[in-house]
Amino acid sequence: MKKYFPVQKSFLEKIITGKTSYVKAVDDISFSVKSGEVFTLAGESGCGKTTTGMLLALLIPLTSGEIFFDGQNLTKLRSEDLRAMRKKIQIVFQDPYSSLNPRMKVGKAVGHPLEINDVASGSGMRKIVLDMLEKVGLSPPEKFYDLYPHQLSGGQRQRIALARSIIMNPKFIVADEPVSMIDVSLRTTIINLMLDLRKELGLTYVFITHDLAVAKYISDRIAIMYLGKIVEIGKKRRIFEDPLHPYTKALISAIPVPDPESKRNVIDLEGEIPSAINIPSGCRFHTRCPFVFDKCPIEEPSLKEKGKNHRVACHLC
Amino acid sequence: MSLLNVESLTVDYQTRAGRVRAVDVVSFVIEKGETVGLVGESGSGKSTLGHSIVRLIPPPGIVKNGKIWIEGKNILNITEEEMRSIRGSKVGYIFQDPTTSLNPVKNVGDHFIELIQQHQPKCSNEEALNQTRKIFQDVGILPERINDYPHQFSGGMRQRIMIGLATALNPDIVIADEPTTALDVIIQAKILDLLLELRQKHRMALILITHDLGIIFENCERIIVMYAGKFVEYANSIELHRRPLHPYTKGLLQTIPNIELADQKLESISGSPPDMLNLPNGCPFWPRCPKVMKVCKRKEPEITQVRKNHGVRCFLYGGK
Repeated sequence: MKKYFPVQKSFLEKIITGKTSYVKAVDDISFSVKSGEVFTLAGESGCGKTTTGMLLALLIPLTSGEIFFDGQNLTKLRSEDLRAMRKKIQIVFQDPYSSLNPRMKVGKAVGHPLEINDVASGSGMRKIVLDMLEKVGLSPPEKFYDLYPHQLSGGQRQRIALARSIIMNPKFIVADEPVSMIDVSLRTTIINLMLDLRKELGLTYVFITHDLAVAKYISDRIAIMYLGKIVEIGKKRRIFEDPLHPYTKALISAIPVPDPESKRNVIDLEGEIPSAINIPSGCRFHTRCPFVFDKCPIEEPSLKEKGKNHRVACHLC
Repeated sequence: MSLLNVESLTVDYQTRAGRVRAVDVVSFVIEKGETVGLVGESGSGKSTLGHSIVRLIPPPGIVKNGKIWIEGKNILNITEEEMRSIRGSKVGYIFQDPTTSLNPVKNVGDHFIELIQQHQPKCSNEEALNQTRKIFQDVGILPERINDYPHQFSGGMRQRIMIGLATALNPDIVIADEPTTALDVIIQAKILDLLLELRQKHRMALILITHDLGIIFENCERIIVMYAGKFVEYANSIELHRRPLHPYTKGLLQTIPNIELADQKLESISGSPPDMLNLPNGCPFWPRCPKVMKVCKRKEPEITQVRKNHGVRCFLYGGK
């Protein structure tokens, strides 16, 4: 998949420089997600994980590439068939404050997909919504049905967002930093809820996060992204017990540990993440890599298999 | 005489929906060179407490009661002019969001020069510039960037500027309010390192305000846990980690993922954060407490000193 965003330039700049430059948010990534798994896209700002999520949820068009879902090539579907697909693929956003319409009561917000898809309305809809509210742990559901979002905590709002996303029986949910803006004491509840729903409803998740500690808890497989590319991908255990890519190692070493007696060595990386408009040549990580050598700025490494289900893009490996 | 002595501080926000008691009769003491962590979530009052110490509580917040002694002077009683000379020189403050705390129409050098000359009016431009260059070196900013504007810096660099401003005049105390929340994890580690390095170099006391238990445990000698405007537990960090007493503290420790543990089972804390406009009777944590007793719903516990330097506000340990 590729997703390039053209950089908005003023008229004068376009005349002077001629070319359009692009933010290469997602730059040729390929991966597969198994039914029922939690597949995590992890990385820091600008790595392209959110853009990837939006592409998977069919919210923005691809620049190039294909997405196959349940055997079907989504990029080749006609709009009616695509609309049917959208019911199977849902998204939960990071911000529980802006993702809910402040003027819609909870019941209406959760039941909205049922109404607009002509699945149910009136008392039929109400019953389904009440069941759903109960399912996401908002009990008694009748009490929450008539509340407005501003009357709820961030954690409760995120449950509403989850309820809304599962009400049409989707198979696949993209969850973009679903707990980053929620109080820490509530995060585990939401994450455990998502895992319970997976079991109960046979869901598959693509989980997007910058928080590797959360990733370690929830994931089956993890892909580490840097500046639009996947640099390492594998089963959770392998990634944490045997990280191969220097960036993965640095990332893991930088995570604070809630234990005053733990001594960890933070791997120091030079500089900051380069702009996605001006991607470094060769291996895009070479400008910060503690192990850089002559091949790195010249040739871009591709993902190579380095063990069962463990791939890494690095000339050292 | 302690460096900082907060005595029975109460801060209210009078809103249209009602009164919120953000800080509820809080007392604590900080000595020279300590690192103290203030941990809590929404509604805990930790940020308001931090703002109170530099008298920058945003309206409609007001100090209802209490005293704040900085080196023997109650800063709640002094004029704004006197307070301005304390801010920056005795107490530095690092705000959470460097984007909104820096003046977008002033270049970075001027931020420092203005700060320096305000506190040292006899200081010439030349001298202030020299001091600024030195601070840049300390915080890792290239001296050529002295005329750049805040928007030309990345988030991490802006936070370095904030740290530079907060420590420029060698204050005795630095308060860092969620200093790394807006930053990526690798930059976060560098910024925290910088902060601690400067703290050590200038022998400053550091009050670190955050919800992130990982950051608190790694960087603070002493930790205070806040809930609904009150201290619910305080102890040295190793003690707090090994022997947490308050059900909220225990809950927090069991709900935070620790990347060093294999196959961790995370437990959740039930319920929601307190509605500060509608606190329940008795202990504000009781609706979420796995050990709730009858007395908890009727009365609020007092702090019990369970061990030396380890206090907890809970009827399980006394609290009368």
